[in-house]
Amino acid sequence: MSLRIVVLVKQVPDTQNVTGEAMKDDGTVNRAALPAVFNPEDLNALEEALRLKERHGGRVSVITMGPPAAVQVLRESLYRGADEVILLSDKDFAGADTLATSYTLALAVRKLGPVDLVFCGRQAIDGDTAQVGPQTAEKLHMPQITCVSRIDEVVEHEAGGGAAAAGAAGGRGRVTATRSIEGGFETLTAPLPALLTITSEANEPRPPSVKLVMTYKEIAAEALAEYDDTYLDPESDEAVVCMIDRHGNAVCRAKVVLWNVDAVGADREHVGLHGSPTRVKDIESVVLAQADTRLVEPTDQGVAALVRELIEEHILG
Amino acid sequence: MASSPRVKTPPESASDARGATHAGNVGEVWVWIEVQSGQVAGVSLELLGRARELADRLGVPVGAVLLGSGAKDLAPALIAAGADRVYVADHDALADYLAQPYARVVCGLVRRLAPQIVLYGATSTGRDLAPRVASLLRTGLTADCTDLRIGEHTVRGVRHERLLLQIRPAFGGNIIATIVSPEHRPQMATVREGVMRLPESDASRRSEVVVVQVARRAGDPAGTTRAEAGAEAGGLAGPILLCDDDLAVRLVRRVQEEKRVDLKGARIVVAGGAGVGSRDGWALVHELAETLGGVVGASRAAMDGGWVGPEHQVGQTGTTVRPKLYIAAGISGAIQHRAGMDQSARILAINTDPEAPIFSIAHYGIVGDLHEVIPRLLHAYRSKGDVSEARA
Repeated sequence: MSLRIVVLVKQVPDTQNVTGEAMKDDGTVNRAALPAVFNPEDLNALEEALRLKERHGGRVSVITMGPPAAVQVLRESLYRGADEVILLSDKDFAGADTLATSYTLALAVRKLGPVDLVFCGRQAIDGDTAQVGPQTAEKLHMPQITCVSRIDEVVEHEAGGGAAAAGAAGGRGRVTATRSIEGGFETLTAPLPALLTITSEANEPRPPSVKLVMTYKEIAAEALAEYDDTYLDPESDEAVVCMIDRHGNAVCRAKVVLWNVDAVGADREHVGLHGSPTRVKDIESVVLAQADTRLVEPTDQGVAALVRELIEEHILG
Repeated sequence: MASSPRVKTPPESASDARGATHAGNVGEVWVWIEVQSGQVAGVSLELLGRARELADRLGVPVGAVLLGSGAKDLAPALIAAGADRVYVADHDALADYLAQPYARVVCGLVRRLAPQIVLYGATSTGRDLAPRVASLLRTGLTADCTDLRIGEHTVRGVRHERLLLQIRPAFGGNIIATIVSPEHRPQMATVREGVMRLPESDASRRSEVVVVQVARRAGDPAGTTRAEAGAEAGGLAGPILLCDDDLAVRLVRRVQEEKRVDLKGARIVVAGGAGVGSRDGWALVHELAETLGGVVGASRAAMDGGWVGPEHQVGQTGTTVRPKLYIAAGISGAIQHRAGMDQSARILAINTDPEAPIFSIAHYGIVGDLHEVIPRLLHAYRSKGDVSEARA
């Protein structure tokens, strides 16, 4: 009676709430105007995982790939109830397209051992590609159900033991889920282990638990009262992430696992920019054609004159 | 330095490690044909039109890839839309779209026939299939392109001619990126419905229908991949094999309404945004759309707010529209929205904020509260109608 669930999450620039100009004058992205957030649909994925854990028991592991600052989404995951969080961080991971990203994520999932379910958000709001989920599923040789708006049922492996006991074909668990398609939906059932990408329709993600926030903060507080930033210990392969206090002392150790290229056993040829088939040739700021706007008074007369004109020009029938 | 010769190996012979790699510019341009409720999806026909243009630039044929059970009947429509060859993979296991068997077959076809470009509609199905295929082939894939062209790119001092330039918005539509896959083949992209124009159908076109053999076999997918790779080295003879694991997912049921919101084909779109804000406001938007004979559109904010379903969303992550008249009510005009409607023949923006970016692309601007302006529009239109009826 338990499920081993891995959730893949991403820290993204908040493209939905751009404060100020998104582009600098030189045409590059103004990251200062785009605060980093937990990718919204990844929160839905985490929520599904936590709900299944509450129903079936088990363990929820959260993996993200990104720079050290991405640990913030892992901390947010812990505050919501994740049991284990892993940061994939290495300068060689940088510049990865979706293929190189899925290669790296798949290696990390494998390193965790047998799993029942892998969840991620349908897509990330910075790229909106929705590609990493299916590509990771393929790399893991798992079936995929994308764009899931509802998980209908999860049947665990028979004979107990969860994922570890998988293999005997008769005893394989199953997941049944409903996905959105154009003008409707479809329900699919897949054997475990399977990868699902979750949409915002699936649930309302829980806020951080005050109790968990306090628990994690207390761990830190035991060492010192104040802390203000995250710090990755470069000397440790155990990969601890700490918060550092104002004196530069590390507190709150060992809650985040850090894996680099070697830890996941990745081939450097296949990660990061080097392992990415796609290249960005150009980037342009969007400049949309400026129209000659004619202001129309919001009065009966103004509106009536506009409507008359549109009818005369056969734009309105 | 025993490894140095391997490092210098040209990408062609490193195909096992790097997947589908550089194969020049000789292959065909392919479109994966999506079938919805027994019909060819509109986006697939649009893509055949663009594939035709790209293939003519490259001097190669257009291939349409059609999977299904008894799907051959759809071939004439594909030929009329621009295909020189229709590859039909017909098998009971392909009756309904499922990611794994479809990916296996598309992949098998690509390995056998080496197209240089493969295009997919960016529908929920295309976006499910294409990344799985890209991962199997270890090639590049660009999502949600809004334009495709042929051009060059220089990487590490090597100039690559006649590449597929894959143009797409990113960062919420704030930037337009041009993506290339210089050293991997095929070059693959998904394209949103509505951004390419539907080609004119030409029933007199001649074309070849190629039937592709598909068969089942038992075995694990990894083993099959290796077996296929071996078989392909020997000339790619024999059928494309589906193993048991490819068929492990079952479709329980599919509900797809025939009648969809036809935003793309609408002459008039009345779209609401965050500024509509209430049930009453949305009732006005619907009433105006209905009265004018238009379709209701929405910004992402309105959809995220739960006021309308995703089928109404206009913008980079929704539908691209170019109606005769686009009325934007309570829409501030985030760039991701504007990118989906700025080609409209006329744009009327209604917003209380005179600084709203939507006004910068609107032909007509009404600074005012839509709760007051829309009733005036309704009244003016209706009374206009009355007058003309009285005249008739």
